[in-house]
Amino acid sequence: MSDDHDHHDGDEHELRVSKIRNGTVIDHVRGGQALNVLAILGIDGSEGEEVSVGMNVPSDRLARKDIVKVEGRELSQDEVDVLSLIAPDATINIVREYEVIEKHRVEPPEIVAGVLSCPNAGCITTSGEPVDSRFEVLEDGVRCDYCGTIVRDEIAALIDT
Amino acid sequence: MRHDHLITSKQLTREDIETILDRAAEIDADPSAVADRHTNTLLGLLFFEPSTRTKMSFETAMKRLGGDVVDMGSVESSSVKKGETLADTVRVIEGYTDALVLRHPKQGSATMASEFVDVPLVNAGDGAGHHPSQTLLDLYTIRENAGLDDLTIGIMGDLKYGRTVHSLAHALTNFDAQQHFISPESLRLPREVVYDLHQEDGGAGIREHETLEEILPSLDVLYVTRIQRERFPDEQEYQKVAGEYQIGTETLEAAGDELTIMHPLPRVDEIAPEIDETDHAAYFEQAHNGVPVRMALLDLLLSDDGAADRRGGEADE
Repeated sequence: MSDDHDHHDGDEHELRVSKIRNGTVIDHVRGGQALNVLAILGIDGSEGEEVSVGMNVPSDRLARKDIVKVEGRELSQDEVDVLSLIAPDATINIVREYEVIEKHRVEPPEIVAGVLSCPNAGCITTSGEPVDSRFEVLEDGVRCDYCGTIVRDEIAALIDT
Repeated sequence: MRHDHLITSKQLTREDIETILDRAAEIDADPSAVADRHTNTLLGLLFFEPSTRTKMSFETAMKRLGGDVVDMGSVESSSVKKGETLADTVRVIEGYTDALVLRHPKQGSATMASEFVDVPLVNAGDGAGHHPSQTLLDLYTIRENAGLDDLTIGIMGDLKYGRTVHSLAHALTNFDAQQHFISPESLRLPREVVYDLHQEDGGAGIREHETLEEILPSLDVLYVTRIQRERFPDEQEYQKVAGEYQIGTETLEAAGDELTIMHPLPRVDEIAPEIDETDHAAYFEQAHNGVPVRMALLDLLLSDDGAADRRGGEADE
């Protein structure tokens, strides 16, 4: 299951992040992005979700990585796709009865709607209109479908929480 | 045209542009031939920002096609003042009219508005975004004066916030045009516009400059826009660049005889009045062209084919 059973990255952090019974393990998140992953999934603990987070644990592939484990929730493909914006190297492990029954990499979606806020104060989506934000996903960033603003860095800062 | 709405010039193909300009030329040659072409048609004018030329030329165009307009009036006297959203405003006025023209201070406003209405909607300026009907009359004027292929054009002034510039630059990528952008560093083209131009044109026909002198002799057209004083963080910064972007008779000593000077207007001091009487000046002709070009645009958007498409093709039955 994820890095808990991934010999490439070692087992040291097993002690820090406990296994889950049913749910999703998001592994190989770039170091420091775990809280943004939760934000993008709309998980803040207020619904009583059981969440474990490991941050900046050693990783062969990423040097330092974060791990997010969400008990009792299997991520949809849409949610997984959106994660690719801030965690392009992530692997998603769906767990049932402590066993990984599905494991896949994230794929960038073509469009991300209702997740990010446009940083352009002059954009109509920031004006209280009844419209969701919508961004085209570029190779190296995202672009607002309404005002055309391109964001390449700090995409996580645009997450609409 | 294949479009129900005109939101940006990016949606226009070369064929679309030529169709509209050819139709405008026909109308320009004989306006009376279309005088009753759109009787009983109502155009809704929604101008959330001040406008003289754009608003009046759309109004004139609709009336010269035999139709009429209803005008939201000033923001201060409308329900907008009560906090009504743009989405609600366009849905209400859509129920009164056959087409809408929208100017709004927010970028992307026309895109959003078009998602709420079924009647044709024309973007008449969305903040610093786009102004495609202005671009069509700009292209018409360029075609009349210099031709649209094998064209070398300089576009100078406030390129950052200038929506007419953004729209024109996109549209020109449909033609064999070398585009030279001249502005102070602080007012260069937004990176998303440059991104698009490189996507559309491969970047081959695009150059950026800080001074006009180096490229002026090679230009067929010089498109001047106002450097917007109010955009500068302080007056000193504005003063550093303002004088360098003014065109006087002495500036034109280095220009070719056939140089055409354009400006979307209003101008402040970018072009000296002495230029007005020279053969270079095309900006009043450019403003005049707004009527036939917008007549052509409205005619095509309100055509039976377009209306049939909006009704789900029932006209074919």
